[in-house]
Amino acid sequence: MTLLKVNDLKVHFPIRGGILNRKIDAIRAVDGVNFEIRQGETYGLVGESGSGKTTTGKAVMGLNNITDGEIYFENELLNKGSKVNIRRDIQMIFQDPYSSLNPRKRVFDIIAEPIRNYEKLSKQEEKRRVQELLSQVGLSPESILKYPHEFSGGQRQRIGVARAIALKPKLIIMDEPVSALDVSVQAQVLNFMQELQEELNLTYLFISHDLGVVKHMCDRIGIMYNGRYVEEGTKEEIFNDPQHIYTKRLVAAIPDIDPKRRQDNFKFREQVKDEFTNSYNDYFDEDGLAYQLKPITDTHRVALPERG
Amino acid sequence: MSNPLLEIKNLKTSFRIGEKYYAAVDDVSLNVNENEVLAIVGESGSGKSALAFSVMGLHNRAKIEGDIFFKGKNIANLPTKEMNKFRGNELSMIFQDPLTALNPLMEVGRQIDEVLILHKSNMPKSQRKKYIIELLERVEIPRPKHVYNQFPHELSGGMRQRVIIAIAIANQPELLIADEPTTALDVTIQAQILDLMRELKDDLNSGVVLITHDLGVVAEMADRVAVMYAGEIVEIADVDTLFNNPQHPYTRSLLSSIPLLDDAQDKLHVIHGIVPSLKHLPREGCRFSARIPWIEEDAHEEQPTLHEISPGHFVRCTCYKHFYFPDESKEDQNHDVAKS
Ligand SMILES: Nc1ncnc2c1ncn2[C@@H]1O[C@H](COP(=O)(O)OP(=O)(O)O)[C@@H](O)[C@H]1O
Ligand SMILES: Nc1ncnc2c1ncn2[C@@H]1O[C@H](COP(=O)(O)OP(=O)(O)O)[C@@H](O)[C@H]1O
Ligand code: SF4
Ligand SMILES: [Mg+2]
Ligand SMILES: [Mg+2]
Repeated sequence: MTLLKVNDLKVHFPIRGGILNRKIDAIRAVDGVNFEIRQGETYGLVGESGSGKTTTGKAVMGLNNITDGEIYFENELLNKGSKVNIRRDIQMIFQDPYSSLNPRKRVFDIIAEPIRNYEKLSKQEEKRRVQELLSQVGLSPESILKYPHEFSGGQRQRIGVARAIALKPKLIIMDEPVSALDVSVQAQVLNFMQELQEELNLTYLFISHDLGVVKHMCDRIGIMYNGRYVEEGTKEEIFNDPQHIYTKRLVAAIPDIDPKRRQDNFKFREQVKDEFTNSYNDYFDEDGLAYQLKPITDTHRVALPERG
Repeated sequence: MSNPLLEIKNLKTSFRIGEKYYAAVDDVSLNVNENEVLAIVGESGSGKSALAFSVMGLHNRAKIEGDIFFKGKNIANLPTKEMNKFRGNELSMIFQDPLTALNPLMEVGRQIDEVLILHKSNMPKSQRKKYIIELLERVEIPRPKHVYNQFPHELSGGMRQRVIIAIAIANQPELLIADEPTTALDVTIQAQILDLMRELKDDLNSGVVLITHDLGVVAEMADRVAVMYAGEIVEIADVDTLFNNPQHPYTRSLLSSIPLLDDAQDKLHVIHGIVPSLKHLPREGCRFSARIPWIEEDAHEEQPTLHEISPGHFVRCTCYKHFYFPDESKEDQNHDVAKS
């Protein structure tokens, strides 16, 4: 079943200038993006910084106005023109557990806040709910009186998760959720996200620039470049059979854990880089934008050159 | 064998907390040779940056004991004035945090020029500008002539990090210490920066100390690897040995906690507990034992020291012989050890 459908989404930010501060141009942060996420899957959104991943996530969350397109959640249109409805069953977790939690609030209020926006609970009930949520993310119930700085990075990310699941969402958008964490803590958070997904029957939109993590977590993956999709496919298609020169370059750039393959990787990377440079003008238009996606299998779509 | 470029002997770097000093780097000895990349890995809080800052003479209130020989000269506790002759010149560092390392009020070009003027004062201005633009190109900064006149806040994080790298390599250092140089960068840019560091090493015969928590980067870059935990080196080996025959429980735990690209393991290994804070580091007996609580008490050594188990492969203590992960049975483990 399709949970989320994003249809030709565009998000442009005006660039203002001149004495009158008029709109003189626009940053096309997201420029015609289409994808669907099925109930229960983990969908990866990958691309270099500035490619439009966060803007896409925020648009779905209703945190950005959109310029064009439609967003459907459970077949219901979420946007009315440029305004996207905020829904309690879509939640977002941000990259930086250090700055995404209000440092002046206690854990109790941080987690209770979304609940208060939607439900009227007595103080007692509220406390019980928050403690339940804390134990669900593996933090002790006594944590409610503490402040974010009293926790480690991994624990803070768990507080963010507790807050995100407080309203029993169906879709969680995770924007670089482990990028700021140590490998060992990262492992903890990733395992825990997978457990939680099973337990609560969640669907994830997983945004990341770390392809190792994406490969570990995701079922299907979309690759963004400069506000557009260049490729979408199953994990196997993207990693074993990348078709777009940008995807190839991205996959080739992943550091390999086997030191013995170092020389080969290095040569291969050079080769792919040359291919990227030489065929850039075939794969991108005059503005450096990718072409429309064309299906090459049932699950694999690629922004192949328009001509030829 | 020729003298190592950098030779650290029994380095102890301590910070004062309240009345007492606590060692964040505790009796570390290391060598870095010319044309060699030594990687230092370990979770945050292990003491990697404290070690790097000690070599660079950048701690202002730490107690530094032991010796740091750079090209045969002891630079530990050298007065700032003398240290400045080396820093940014023969010896330079790429910092982890690009925002704190750049001057927010000065254009990028001028910041690079400052390091050049300091050490290459005889180069005429026009030539320096040309050189700086070439440098910016080398670190893959698009439109370098434009960026030359921009301020740090006008650049993205990845671009700022590349500026830091340009500053660090401006004077073609003989020893480059890179503290998480690519952590904030996209993979494609990371790959380019790593290539650049490799080129620098090959062209100039430089030594590189690469501090990172990314084991993929280590596998691609390092000649030798030192694994650091709680202020101590727990294992040191050439890169092939470290990845193919890791011995210390900490090294093995780190390796099994990363998502491998080859096979999708279901569950990543999680290292029990956290790196203790400086004040609470166990100073007696084993520092790591608290994080492998399923291992019997009597398997640990009282005073774990580094043992050379094969040429160039050092492992702290002997209890790696008894170590196993909770999800493998003890018998399997003993069997494996017997085989190897
Ligand atoms: N609020 C905003 N106003 C103007 N430009 C923005 C805004 N948010 C993002 N952008 C720009 O949109 C582009 C895409 O940004 P973003 O979605 O954050 O990329 P990513 O998450 O892939 O790194 C970038 O060029 C960014 O500078
Ligand atoms: N200036 C300082 N004063 C007090 N403690 C410090 C200082 N710098 C680092 N530490 C402590 O020393 C230990 C090692 O830190 P650091 O070298 O930054 O670790 P790493 O770089 O491996 O993450 C940590 O416990 C850290 O909190
Ligand atoms: S005694 Fe055991 S836990 Fe300690 S350093 Fe040795 S192997 Fe590690
Ligand atoms: Mg982003
Ligand atoms: Mg550090």
